[in-house]
Amino acid sequence: MELILALGIGVLTGSGVWLLLRPRTFQVIIGLSLLSYAVNLFIFSTGGLRTGAAPVLERGMAGSLATHADPVPQALVLTAIVISFATTALFLVLLLAARGLTGTDHVDGKEKSR
Amino acid sequence: MNGWPMSAWMNHLVIAPIIIPLLVGALLMLIDERRRALKATLGVASASALLALAVLLLCLTDHTATGADATVRVYRLGDWPSLFGIVLVLDRLSAMMLVLTGILGLSALVFALARWQKAGAHFHSLFQFQLMGLNGAFLTGDLFNLFVFFEIMLAASYGLALHGSGLARVRAGLHYIAINLAASLLFLIGVSMIYGVSGTLNMAELAVRIAGVAPEDRGLLEAGAAILGVAFLIKAGMWPLGFWLPNTYTTVGAPSAAIISILSKVGIYAIIRIWLLVFGDGAGTSAGFGGHWLLIGGVLTIAFGSIAVLATQNLARLAGASVLVSSGTLLAAVGAGQVAVTGGALFYMTSSVLAIAGLFLLIELVERGRMVGADVLAVTREAFGEGEDEESDDDDAIGVSIPAIMAILGIAFMACALLLAGLPPLSGFLAKFAILAPMLAQGAEGLPFTTWALMAALILSGLATVVAMSRTGIDVFWASPAGDLPRVRLVELAPVMMLLALSVALTVQAGPVMRYMEDTARSLHGPERYVQGVMAPAAPGTGKGVAP
Repeated sequence: MELILALGIGVLTGSGVWLLLRPRTFQVIIGLSLLSYAVNLFIFSTGGLRTGAAPVLERGMAGSLATHADPVPQALVLTAIVISFATTALFLVLLLAARGLTGTDHVDGKEKSR
Repeated sequence: MNGWPMSAWMNHLVIAPIIIPLLVGALLMLIDERRRALKATLGVASASALLALAVLLLCLTDHTATGADATVRVYRLGDWPSLFGIVLVLDRLSAMMLVLTGILGLSALVFALARWQKAGAHFHSLFQFQLMGLNGAFLTGDLFNLFVFFEIMLAASYGLALHGSGLARVRAGLHYIAINLAASLLFLIGVSMIYGVSGTLNMAELAVRIAGVAPEDRGLLEAGAAILGVAFLIKAGMWPLGFWLPNTYTTVGAPSAAIISILSKVGIYAIIRIWLLVFGDGAGTSAGFGGHWLLIGGVLTIAFGSIAVLATQNLARLAGASVLVSSGTLLAAVGAGQVAVTGGALFYMTSSVLAIAGLFLLIELVERGRMVGADVLAVTREAFGEGEDEESDDDDAIGVSIPAIMAILGIAFMACALLLAGLPPLSGFLAKFAILAPMLAQGAEGLPFTTWALMAALILSGLATVVAMSRTGIDVFWASPAGDLPRVRLVELAPVMMLLALSVALTVQAGPVMRYMEDTARSLHGPERYVQGVMAPAAPGTGKGVAP
């Protein structure tokens, strides 16, 4: 479980960083999305990984972190998802505007002269 | 709070700087874009209310005025204990930042009334949300809430940076947004690592818990704090994380630049707040973690900023580069980790925020009268000699009169130059003096190399600024090919004059202001009262707790 999650976060981060450093705006936005997935999973994992446990509370039991996952990271992840979704949408609009104004999808707005 | 008459609504004043712009901004979105006068009235009313409120909160925070006995006002949302709930905390530092935001907000908005508000849709709403994000970031006492307010602030700043559109803005905005999105992800990683180790997001609680963190987890916590710090330093523009900053600030419209210029100070604020609170003396073996990095990074930023100031050929870029210099100065002074130096740094922050915002507004007025490409021409003239007029028009030169408006703008430009370079008689000099004097006060022998480096950097950066500003000043006001005179309206000149007048007031009233800054620095370096204020059990039914 831990290994799969760690590998997943690692692969997402690695490909996200690679794409973020590419010169095309579309690659950059996909890179940012992958990175935000990785970060969301990472935040989620700080609450502790458990299988088969109740999400927050079980009927008739006092909640304790020993038996349940910490609910705070889940709340954080929800906020982070919403915010990164909104900012990605904003970035997408800008990307289209840049494509329209410059006629190229290079991040600097002009092709590198060869 | 003995003997301080306070009705119930006063308790809720702390959250008002967030609520007012939120409501006004939302309302402004509903009003049709064509009813510009109504929108402008509402926007200015809200900005003025925010400024008045900030001044009131500042007085409330400082009313004891007796050394470290500052009041820390804690506002618990929903009256939850601070362990579970979200808190807003108002202390001297946040009150001071609120006032600065209020001043910049009002002057930039009034400036924008002349023409910038017409340059695109929803300027006024974006502006209100920008103020809301800034105020929230200064008030919150919770790391994750800080992230949320950072995002509100950044989202609004993306809109303001692109306001007016155009190729250059979109191109620079693309970089600005990409970098800030990446920085936000670092912010999240840092926050969740800190939460994973310490189990809290409340800054005061974190400051208490950090001493008890197990040694094997300490590395993880420090790594989290360092990643968080990188996110803040990207905002602050520390070298080598600040290459985006001059580009962005150069292209955005003048009022947006004036208000966005405080965004770099939000990064500095977050560093001051969290670093001094969490990694203070009570942090066990983590005390002072990363201080050297701040100091060294700050000095390098000053060096890079000074070179950028000297190398620049363009007024707006000059202002962008001076943002870097002021960020570097603040980081290095805070990194020095002495109470008196921090006090000086806070004074410097106030002075430089006002001066830089004034400069950004002023530049737009000056540039208005110049020929397109005049900057490039000026460089060519310098490189290849004047060429046209060696001796010939001596008789003309005696009687050249400078038009009144150019004279006013020129004097304002000179005041900005004095403020930024730190020359007497204005507050920039007092600020630099307040940073340098405590360093030398310990005697010159035992000073470490870094302190000498900082002092040299501060003085040399002042020299670089003087050289660059007088070169550009001569070029713009005296030697430029005569273009049309800039048509400046009073509503545009007034905010610049207000910012500069405040700088003069800061100079005249330096004594009380410096006293306030020193008190602030003392309570930042000894945050027991802040911690107690937040951790104290909430008084039932009041929705707030106050440390007496």
